[in-house]
Amino acid sequence: MKFGILRFPGTCDEVDAQLACERVANAEILWHGDRDLKGVDAIVVPGGFSYGDYLRVGAIARFSPLMESVIDFAKQGGPVLGICNGFQILCEAGLLPGALLPNKTLRFVCRQVDLVVERSDTAFTNACETGDLLSIPAKHTTGCWYAPQALHEQVEANGQVLLRYAAGGNFNGSLADVAGVMNEAGNVFGLMPHPEHAVDPLTGSTDGLKLFASIRDSLAAHV
Amino acid sequence: MRVLVRPKAGILDPQGQAVERALPALGFEGVSQVHVGRLIELDVADPEQLPAMCEKLLVNPLIEDYEIVSIDAAGTPAGAAG
Repeated sequence: MKFGILRFPGTCDEVDAQLACERVANAEILWHGDRDLKGVDAIVVPGGFSYGDYLRVGAIARFSPLMESVIDFAKQGGPVLGICNGFQILCEAGLLPGALLPNKTLRFVCRQVDLVVERSDTAFTNACETGDLLSIPAKHTTGCWYAPQALHEQVEANGQVLLRYAAGGNFNGSLADVAGVMNEAGNVFGLMPHPEHAVDPLTGSTDGLKLFASIRDSLAAHV
Repeated sequence: MRVLVRPKAGILDPQGQAVERALPALGFEGVSQVHVGRLIELDVADPEQLPAMCEKLLVNPLIEDYEIVSIDAAGTPAGAAG
């Protein structure tokens, strides 16, 4: 099983994402100017500052040639994980509900956060138990998840919120403490914190590996 | 042409709030309802296409409203006096 990790101009977390994926499967970095997904089984859209965050975070990357292929891949049911800037790109691409606004403090925040697993019966969280706390670092300036009321109600009713900041940990002002949200079909998921930075005991937590292992195991279950 | 982009009413606008708090600190009183948006200026052969450009790229309609203003070569909005 192979993960494909996208690299745009300004992406900075693709190597960590690749190393994280390689702990559970194979992984290859894909360049934004190509259209070829090279037969990968799952896509990771990593963090960074694609296209300098010009206009709005994620707004330009969404129109790159590679993203067109990723959108087709997602529409055919392929699993796609967006992390931080990747989450922002997937929201801009219309693959995930809502949008990311500047943190309520307007400050860049970098800290370890506890995330509550809301559901474990998904392609992205099956290695967790519902109610588990995952300790994963977050580092961003524009991570306040927002959706208009009707859309938010729909997202909650469909059980699309997979991760929330633990009580008192919502540092960016996200609506309903949402840290990570899935599409309705269940094959695209985005979160602001960085699971690829929580894969080795050396850095304090290996909880991030559970998300990558979940994707691998959900694909194995389908074969 | 000029496109004015604003945060939608009711959406958390921490930039606007920060500016609103900063002005009284400099002695400017009586300022409220501060919102910070974005100004995009562009020459467009076919202005009919501008709304589509806004909806597809220039604006995120979930969180932003926009207004298209026609300006002349000097940057004066069409119909403005003086």
